[in-house]
Amino acid sequence: MSSNLEDLYREVILDHYRSPRNRGELPVPPATKTEGFNPLCGDEVAVYLEIDSATDTVRDIKIEGQGCSISQASTSMMSAAVKGKTVDGARQLIRAFKALMSIHEHKLEGEGDGSDLAADLEGVRLGDLEALQGVVKFPVRIKCATLAWNTLQQGLDEAGDSSI
Amino acid sequence: MALDVDKIRLDFPALTRQIHGQEIVYLDSAASSQKPESVLQAMDAAYRTSYANVHRGVYQTAEETTAAFEASRAKVARFINARSASEVVFVRNATEAINLVAYSWGRANLKQGDVVVLSLMEHHANIVPWHMLAEERGIELRWIGITDDFRLDLTNLDELLSGARLLAISAMSNVLGTINEIRPLADAAHDHDALILVDACQYVPHLATDVRAWDADFVAFSAHKMLGPSGIGGLWARAELLEGMPPFLGGGEMIRDVRQDGFTTNDLPWKFEAGTPAIVEAIGWGAAIDYLANLGMADVRDHEERLTRYALDALIQNFPTMTIYGPQDASIRGGAISFLFDGIHAHDISQVLDERAVCVRAGHHCAKPLMRHIGVPATSRASLYIYNTESEVDTLIEALAKAEDFFRI
Repeated sequence: MSSNLEDLYREVILDHYRSPRNRGELPVPPATKTEGFNPLCGDEVAVYLEIDSATDTVRDIKIEGQGCSISQASTSMMSAAVKGKTVDGARQLIRAFKALMSIHEHKLEGEGDGSDLAADLEGVRLGDLEALQGVVKFPVRIKCATLAWNTLQQGLDEAGDSSI
Repeated sequence: MALDVDKIRLDFPALTRQIHGQEIVYLDSAASSQKPESVLQAMDAAYRTSYANVHRGVYQTAEETTAAFEASRAKVARFINARSASEVVFVRNATEAINLVAYSWGRANLKQGDVVVLSLMEHHANIVPWHMLAEERGIELRWIGITDDFRLDLTNLDELLSGARLLAISAMSNVLGTINEIRPLADAAHDHDALILVDACQYVPHLATDVRAWDADFVAFSAHKMLGPSGIGGLWARAELLEGMPPFLGGGEMIRDVRQDGFTTNDLPWKFEAGTPAIVEAIGWGAAIDYLANLGMADVRDHEERLTRYALDALIQNFPTMTIYGPQDASIRGGAISFLFDGIHAHDISQVLDERAVCVRAGHHCAKPLMRHIGVPATSRASLYIYNTESEVDTLIEALAKAEDFFRI
């Protein structure tokens, strides 16, 4: 294995891929179900979200779907990271994760240093999620990593709409 | 005579490319083939020594370029045994050829409730244009299923064709490798007064093609999968069909006369070729056809069938947990081999193969209805062509063993 490939497939990623967290469904309603697709590779993800409107918190999250190790691991890590978080906290995490993906993309393309995006990362603890930054060296795979996060974002928007 | 693959490989500069310090193992010719030196030189020479627009100037280089462009059309016509070069319309690719038929023939001939029959193994190029027509016109799409051994399920063909206007079907699946026998399908379609459109994009590069022996009505194919450049392909159709069809795109070249109150169309095939065509690409395609014709398509097929058998045997022997999606009998299939390890995603496999400079395709191969039918989101696909060797297949097997090891749960 080259160092690039080891970077891509870190142990923590393979762990989430082999033992994905929060797999399953939630009854809809009260939960919402949002589906995401990656047209490039056919990966599919469904995010079930149950938002506690009193505390504006992600009370529960479940994931269904199929995909490569990167998309599965990213989905699993996302679910573990946002469960129990406030909706605002989850949104902040989405921004930070996408910044992590795109800062490196910008650096690779030689477009500035990404300092504008760095603001989104400030003060956010990504923890295990940082293991996914090896993905940015493989631009085709970035969409695998961001699929779950884009779907979560859409889910939070929809859950927000339905609670009004 | 068997192909001299070592000699052939010397003609393909891109096959000497080093990736991660190793010589590239290019197993993705079903997506697009590599190009021989003769094609690159023909295109380079066209730009450098005799370039002008076609069918316009009366000066020397314009006449030379026009002659070279039309000579390529004649080569294409001969290669597929068309009756006349005027039956070969240059388009961008097979996708555009099928869209041309859907727009021109389809819109002139199909109305609400008319039936177009497809198969479950079609590429999106032979599905979406018909979906678009269904949305616009309310035509009905019917689907030929596939059997457990990945062949067309023709048990209810008569029922499906009953009242149909068109059968639009692939001659070789880009996912399964399955070769569909066209002549019986054409006969069945014609018995029901339906026409047959053949998506021959995966077939023409690999087997001798005879559109008249097929008794086909429309045949679509692309240059870039048969050693030619991207950006050009062909629609062949019987002349009387093309005569009866309204033009597709309007503009220069496709007209005989334009007045303030209207226009009349040009002769075939230019009636369907609005605007400056892909001139140098056509010339390159001609050189590609010369290359293949010189090898002989019977020998091309022999080589690929033998190599496909070698690859299938090696995959089956080495990987008991692998599923191969396609017939296991090399004599009824081409060299596009789709496979999947139980529980390992195709993209992960491809990523690890790239470490060993092995290029395979991963994904749904633009055939999502088929992927849904076989119940997987994606497969890996290795595909073979004239320049591939047994030793490259061995490298694929080694690299797959590593990948399987890495991802085994």
